[in-house]
Amino acid sequence: MSLERPTDRTDTVGVTEEGLDYDALADLLGDRVVSREQHHHTEAFTIRPDEVQDVLFALRDQAGFDHCSNVTAQEYENRFETIYHLKKYADPTQELSVVVPTSKDNPVSESAEPVYRTADWHEREAYDLVGIQYEGHPDMRRILLPETWKGHPMGLDYNQEKPQIVTLEAHANPLEDDEHDAGADTMYLNIGPHHPATHGVLHIETVLDGEQVAHVEPDIGYLHRCEEQMAQQGTYRHEIMPYPDRWDYVSAGILNEWAYARTAEELTDLDVPDYAQVIRTMSAELCRIAAHMLAVGTFALDVYGEFTATFMYAFRDREVVENILEDLTGQRLMFNYLRLGGVAWDLPEPREAFFEKIRDFLDGLPHKLDEYHDLLTSNEIFQLRCANTGVLDAETAKQYGATGPVARASGVDYDIRRDDPYGYYPELDWDVVTAEEGDNYARVLCRLQEVEESARIIDQCVDLLEDWPEDDREIQSNVPRTLRPDDDAEIYRAVEGAKGELGIYIRSDGTDKPARFKIRSPAFSNLQTLPELAVGEYVPDLIASLASLDIVLGEVDR
Amino acid sequence: MSSDNQPQTADAQTTQEARMGGGTDNRFNSKLRNAFGSSPFILTKFDSFMNWVRGSSMFMLQFGIACCSIEMMHTYAVKHDLDRFGSGVPRASPRQADVIIVPGTIVSKFAPRMKRVYDQMPEPKFVVSMGSCTISGGPFQKGYNVVKGAEEVIPVDIHVPGCPPRPEALIYGVAKLQERISEGESAPVTVKPYELQQFGDLESDELVDELADEIDRDTLVMRYNWNDSP
Repeated sequence: MSLERPTDRTDTVGVTEEGLDYDALADLLGDRVVSREQHHHTEAFTIRPDEVQDVLFALRDQAGFDHCSNVTAQEYENRFETIYHLKKYADPTQELSVVVPTSKDNPVSESAEPVYRTADWHEREAYDLVGIQYEGHPDMRRILLPETWKGHPMGLDYNQEKPQIVTLEAHANPLEDDEHDAGADTMYLNIGPHHPATHGVLHIETVLDGEQVAHVEPDIGYLHRCEEQMAQQGTYRHEIMPYPDRWDYVSAGILNEWAYARTAEELTDLDVPDYAQVIRTMSAELCRIAAHMLAVGTFALDVYGEFTATFMYAFRDREVVENILEDLTGQRLMFNYLRLGGVAWDLPEPREAFFEKIRDFLDGLPHKLDEYHDLLTSNEIFQLRCANTGVLDAETAKQYGATGPVARASGVDYDIRRDDPYGYYPELDWDVVTAEEGDNYARVLCRLQEVEESARIIDQCVDLLEDWPEDDREIQSNVPRTLRPDDDAEIYRAVEGAKGELGIYIRSDGTDKPARFKIRSPAFSNLQTLPELAVGEYVPDLIASLASLDIVLGEVDR
Repeated sequence: MSSDNQPQTADAQTTQEARMGGGTDNRFNSKLRNAFGSSPFILTKFDSFMNWVRGSSMFMLQFGIACCSIEMMHTYAVKHDLDRFGSGVPRASPRQADVIIVPGTIVSKFAPRMKRVYDQMPEPKFVVSMGSCTISGGPFQKGYNVVKGAEEVIPVDIHVPGCPPRPEALIYGVAKLQERISEGESAPVTVKPYELQQFGDLESDELVDELADEIDRDTLVMRYNWNDSP
């Protein structure tokens, strides 16, 4: 619960005092490692496509890589490539990339799904967008694009001018095997994509047995608006930054922008002045408060089914936060405030008035949080409704690559702000909130407590900014007009977004635009846990579990 | 028994006079009554009356797509409170709604569903398209999967530009819609390139032949000719 991480370094392969010993890891895998190369922050081992499971099992069980953070697929002129970005929940600075090249004429690679459950959806996405097949995958079909789509749009030879045909019915006939048929005792139910409880355009295919959920499968892709393609068409310096605001659009803009800023700054070796880091930290935490307020408000909307009390309270407080952020950035929702190497501009004048506004908000916050606890967490009806429903245990959470409040509420003590520090977080005094229960109640409680921690961080940032010497207020370092990272440099970096680990993989090709830009969305991985939470529970608990996962479809579908 | 308390037979009133007292009861002094004067009747065309009613009591569809829906929720919620303008109360079912705000990017997989939701709304129905994405595809216009605006699929009455529009802008758009409705203006007839149609009705070409084994002839489909989009 504190910033000091307990040292539980067991005798896993490759772990030394100085960090990760890649030679020991290569020894562990023996001649299954075809070649090794250097990525930013980590090494990449190239392996054969038919030894994926062998290698990943060894790395997971003997070297302790229990977090498959991301799976990136891409097409080169002469080959396809799948990259598994492995990390450890205990220490995410220990990273390893496993590169699996496959040939152009037979793009088949062994599936990693038996090793990491989270690879299920990631590999389906890789198949959908790039066109790599995964052998041994339980359900190899499209995930983001419609079933009837032709071609793989992130491939090199895709022609987006070609017409496409999309069906209205999705995958299944709602009346097939219905309870009206003799013999069948289950009912198929479509929830969404237009439904008030799905938080956007999510489609959940559900099979009910009475009022219990027998099977549930999220069907996504109703908001797949080609974020990766957009980023690959933009130049590093200015054209990419507006898009992250639109991934997780629940006012979490600056958290997302920071993910891109952190990745691109480390790729192009840019410094960020301390003053800008403090402003970034403060505004990012304001965004986190706004995002968590919406999560709590819509959760109450879903479990209480009313459009009034808690929802309105949450929006009242979000308005205050949005006003502060508008003063700072000029926008209510899509801030576009961070720049590579710093922030766009200094705090608004008069500074005292701005600080006072934030202080007023922070002073009022404890009282407001008490109100939320009165309305929600200390309400017996709410407790009966949410405690012990939708339980996610720590091991399952890790298997699915869950991060953020979802993982922390299941007892996975993982927060990138602390474990892989960036910004001004290491200098500040705050705690990582965790809970053990892993149920719907714990997830909501975690978010409310994280709001308190965010307020603590903001308070310290305001203190720092108030006393910052006037002649040292450098908001941006010196950044070249056109940024051209080295040819074939590869990097994967992540920050702690509102929903969890928000990572970005960039491969550069020597031009001023990325050759491959892959977004690791926390909500995408978190949503995968929905069947684990909901199967066997009642339908209303399915809705509560979905709300407690706090997904944003813009980020799930990208 | 004092005779003072007895009603005087000489001043006998009708029941109505007794109830009305000296003049109009001041509990009923609404602006409307003042405007009507002493006559409780108004004379108007039924169509004008219906338009006025429609514009003054709009039921919105609770319909969220992307980023704009967050600002739309703010418009419904405290501070902006769209209900003040006779157009709050989002309805969850399209059968109960007469205005749909389209708040966000429409992608290929969602457009047929949106068309279906629109079709399920009872006539007369109105569409407010919110944000740049519903005008042209907005920042995502070049995406391989993005429909270039809501008007490709359903007719639109009011466009509210912005990315996302502020709640004030949306309120202005809704107020403009009310104004148009009360003046009896209806949605402009627009050419909608993308329609839901049965797969069997599509003209045969390379793509249709390729999909013939996968898609049933009776299945409703939407065919996107990306090249024809603006």
